[in-house]
Amino acid sequence: MHHRPARRTRLARALAGLSLACVGGCSGGVLDPAGPVGAGDAAILINATFIMLAIVVPTILLAFWIAWRYRASNTKAKYLPHWSYSGRIEAVVWSIPTLTIMFLGGLIWIGSYQLDPFRPLPSKSPPVEVQVVSLDWKWLFIYPEQGVASVNQLVVPAGRPVHFSLTSASVFNVFFVPRLGSMVYAMPGMVSQLHLQADKPERLWGTSAQFSGDGFSDMQFEVQSVPQRDFDAWAARARGAGPPLDRAAYAELARQSANLAPRGYGSIDPHLFHAIAMGAIAPAPGPAPEGQGHAGREKTPEGRR
Amino acid sequence: MFGKLDWSAVPFSQPIPLITSVVILLAMLGVLVLATVKGWWPYLWREWITSVDHKRIGVMYGLLGTLMLIRGFADAIMMRTHQAMAVGGGEGYLPPEHYNQIFTAHGTIMILFGAMPLVLAFMNYLVPLQLGVRDVAFPTFNSVGFWLTASGALLVNVSLFVGEFARTGWLPYPPLSENAYSPGVGVDYYLWAVQISGIGTLITGINIVTTVLKMRCPGMSYLRMPIFCWTALASCLLIVAAFPILTATLAMLTLDRYLDWHYFTNTAGGNPMMFVNLVWAWGHPEVYILVLPAFGIFSEIFPTFSGKPLFGYRSMVAATLFICVVSMLVWLHHFFTMGAGAAVNTFFGISSSIIAVGTGVKIYNWIFTMYGGRVRFEVPMLWSMGFIFTFIIGGLTGVLLAIPPADFLTHNSMFLVAHFHNVIVGAVVFAVFAGLEFWFPKVFGFRLHAGWGKAAFWLAFTGFWVTFTPLYVLGLQGMTRRLQHVNVPDWAPGLYVSVVGVAILALGVAAQIIQLVVSIRHRDTLRDVTGDPWDGRSLEWATASPPPFFNFAVMPDVEGEEAYWDIKRRALESQQLGPEPDYAPIEMPLNSPVGIYTAFFTFVFGFSMVWHIWWVAVAALVAAFAGFVVFAWRDAHEHEVPAEEVARLDRARREARTALLARLPREESAS
Amino acid sequence: MTDTGLPASLEALRRLREDPHRLGHRAHGPAAPVPGAGHGETGPARKRVIVGYGFWIFLLSDIVMFACFFAAFAVLRGATAGGPTIAQIVDLKRVGWETACLLLSSYTCGLSFAATNARNKLWTQVFLLLTGLLGLAFVALELQEFLDLAARGITPQRSAMLTGFFGLVGLHGVHVTIGGLWLATMMAQVQFKGFRQEMMHRLLCFNLFWHALDIVWIGIFTIVYLLAAAP
Repeated sequence: MHHRPARRTRLARALAGLSLACVGGCSGGVLDPAGPVGAGDAAILINATFIMLAIVVPTILLAFWIAWRYRASNTKAKYLPHWSYSGRIEAVVWSIPTLTIMFLGGLIWIGSYQLDPFRPLPSKSPPVEVQVVSLDWKWLFIYPEQGVASVNQLVVPAGRPVHFSLTSASVFNVFFVPRLGSMVYAMPGMVSQLHLQADKPERLWGTSAQFSGDGFSDMQFEVQSVPQRDFDAWAARARGAGPPLDRAAYAELARQSANLAPRGYGSIDPHLFHAIAMGAIAPAPGPAPEGQGHAGREKTPEGRR
Repeated sequence: MFGKLDWSAVPFSQPIPLITSVVILLAMLGVLVLATVKGWWPYLWREWITSVDHKRIGVMYGLLGTLMLIRGFADAIMMRTHQAMAVGGGEGYLPPEHYNQIFTAHGTIMILFGAMPLVLAFMNYLVPLQLGVRDVAFPTFNSVGFWLTASGALLVNVSLFVGEFARTGWLPYPPLSENAYSPGVGVDYYLWAVQISGIGTLITGINIVTTVLKMRCPGMSYLRMPIFCWTALASCLLIVAAFPILTATLAMLTLDRYLDWHYFTNTAGGNPMMFVNLVWAWGHPEVYILVLPAFGIFSEIFPTFSGKPLFGYRSMVAATLFICVVSMLVWLHHFFTMGAGAAVNTFFGISSSIIAVGTGVKIYNWIFTMYGGRVRFEVPMLWSMGFIFTFIIGGLTGVLLAIPPADFLTHNSMFLVAHFHNVIVGAVVFAVFAGLEFWFPKVFGFRLHAGWGKAAFWLAFTGFWVTFTPLYVLGLQGMTRRLQHVNVPDWAPGLYVSVVGVAILALGVAAQIIQLVVSIRHRDTLRDVTGDPWDGRSLEWATASPPPFFNFAVMPDVEGEEAYWDIKRRALESQQLGPEPDYAPIEMPLNSPVGIYTAFFTFVFGFSMVWHIWWVAVAALVAAFAGFVVFAWRDAHEHEVPAEEVARLDRARREARTALLARLPREESAS
Repeated sequence: MTDTGLPASLEALRRLREDPHRLGHRAHGPAAPVPGAGHGETGPARKRVIVGYGFWIFLLSDIVMFACFFAAFAVLRGATAGGPTIAQIVDLKRVGWETACLLLSSYTCGLSFAATNARNKLWTQVFLLLTGLLGLAFVALELQEFLDLAARGITPQRSAMLTGFFGLVGLHGVHVTIGGLWLATMMAQVQFKGFRQEMMHRLLCFNLFWHALDIVWIGIFTIVYLLAAAP
């Protein structure tokens, strides 16, 4: 299912273009998937839309046709002032939505299992491990196998699955790279799983899809899908190049700030992610306590952004 | 002495809230002064503020809902225009701490203080009339419920001027809403305002359930009730089942914030996800609480303007109850993306889409109600047709969001925003406007101006689609909701189109207001002397417009479905009204100030809790309890309306009906 | 009703043709309708039925609220954050006495209503007073339990489990306290106003409320205390 035939994806894209008459083009959206998960999600979205349109369009037409046909001024239409029951119509009326929903129910059932974000992707190569921590208001990506970490910048090898483990140091966020597909919550005290894959080397972007406070609007991060060779080179270059991500550096990073430029860490504390997720490290602090005269109005730490 | 409250709570440095509050305060002051100068207070106190008449309370609910709808719409205008200005490097005019309050206030106000009161207005006004009885089961509690909702609404609006409102989104997910991340009073305002109004809503819910189940006129068996009563019953059953969950959830968050407890904190083992589960266990039924009565309103309008009974009455009842039950089993679809696992997602995905069976059946039944009819496209019917179109599309996108893999792409996106506006505006708001046009003559005794009504419909309908279609597209392009500024310049065109849509919608609102003004000025030509302006079918049209305070001089004796239609047919066939009944004295409940009294102290309590002024809070509670004891001591609860008075009012109605009968043809030529 | 007897007019004939099954038009319900029960055939129910029924619905909603606190306790039961577990804070002996007080108060409450129905003011007051005293004893014991725990540093601020525990038990305690206030008010009203119709209604509601609190307590006793003491 994840290695969907290309024809199917093309069809999906064509249908998407057709049905939405995209304002400003569809590129960069969820209907322009860059990986198997996104393609699977988008195909289900589009298939379900067309299944329902097959019922919905005739229903709307029927509604307006009947309303017009039986308008008060049309004396040719027969007036049936008591007609309010027909067993046959009732049977049809109940079975149309029931059948549609049974059909969609199958789609839901199969789709939920096949595209479960926790389910590893079938692939010849083992997945890359990435630990994701959402902070106020930036993303920390830890590469335990490579021993490096980065902020607001995600680099993944193209054509190879990536296994994300996600948690939050403070409040809820949602990890979402629209063109790669499924989004999943990052939540404090919990670790959620997500498997994604980018098919080609490409520049993508990701964001948080759950409002998390004043700096939320800038919780975007760049995503680079690069060939495996470049990925290895990037990791080797990063290793030892930046400051270490130890507890002190993390404590500094965890304070509220927004719109951080991407930055790297040359080494990592291998237990950091689990310490954050399990609450061994205290949650990231909120806004600094205000002095006198605050009177209940919160102030944004760093102005507008 | 005053807890956290001091002068810095007033936003002297922020022009938007300051100017708004000053204007609101001046307007309120103006109304107060006018009422005092004109000497209206005794009348207002006697006829409205202390009234326990379900019709008066219904009208006050309507007024409250309308005012809050305008407030929420003002928020919407600010959000859409700001976002269009803050795209691709633009600054916009609202800093995050203000913008975040606005979208929180927009959601909270529209759902809880706009849509809820409006829906409750219809239920309050119509249910006793349609059931052929004189009032709801507990008239005094009805007044308490209304005034509590009003004091909650007041608390929300006070936050504009004193302090701030929550900046968390309309459902304040912890840990963001906990003290650690929201130390200000915003969330506290939210908690107390929603808690107070929620208790008011619960009281009304209990009241209407009891009314429908235990107070129906003779012969009004369950399957003879108008569909609106069925939907009101289903909606209020959901209120009774779901609002306590909200009360409990908000109480837990309150304990977390005030006493450092750990229900939902991200420390000491608290479980923020429990909040999400609990709040949606209320939140999802809540949307059906709103939408079921809307369905009921359309189910009254389609038969009336098609000149024939509702098609598939029993199907309609079954579908209503089906939705009522299943709506309690779908809450998890609001967070498929929290990683509950495939099996759980499958269950909730299917249970959510199954609701579409119930709504689908309803839509077909409305369509077939028109079949074989004589459809008159009066203004209520326009809204109903607009609803059918809008709601079908909203239902389609709703089922899409109920499919977990599709939701993985669209959760929390502008697609979602477009979807729920599609169903809530398309169903609830359209129903409110349809119902307003339909029952206005019953409530106030004159019709609304049809021309302006049509203009309002077309502007609102067009404006709605121009506003929200781009949002669907933006959602599919990956735009999430609640962005204070938008970093992707490609999304600018969609946001601009949406602003145009909001402008058209604003014209629709203006047309609605003009319609009201024009209609009031021409009320003599628009007067409804018959009490039955639309050739209605249910019992509210049997009484005068506006109905006497006791609704029916003699309780109707129902002999079939569509009670009033039967009475009317008999009168038409025999060319005379039924024989004049023997008028008897009527017992009616006395006015009671307990509602406004309780609400006043609840407001004081809520406000002082927000600002940690403990002594005032305690004093308010003591005063409220003392008040209850005093009111409970009252000896007389009812007064008797003498038979002559009843007879005088009812004879006037019968004269009007007789005059109408003389004007009508004996039988329609078609039969 | 309408569907007995022959069609009386052209109108009825047409109706029969267009709506053959008469669905939703037929009379139904019990063969002999009970007046005042509110079953639809005979008009609105009696005031007493309406009041009792409405109060039942309120109680159901109150039980839904308790259910949320039960659920929260169940979810947070293991979240001790390094603090004491539920088994370590339960003193079954005291809770046994609390339970005895409350169950007995329900019994005396029932007796008071029997006296009320017999319009016996003295015995109504005596049993109401007993109910109130037993309720007071319950609240006092519970307060003592809470204070003992607090003295050992076991407070709701310590862990989420304790939050859930104090929240659930405390909510019930608040209900009993409010019930006590209500009871005192009712006793004063009965004394001064006698058994008027609205007094009867209020006493009925109070009885329902008090018994409902007992049922909730049995749930708390089982789920919070007994399960904690179980190995």
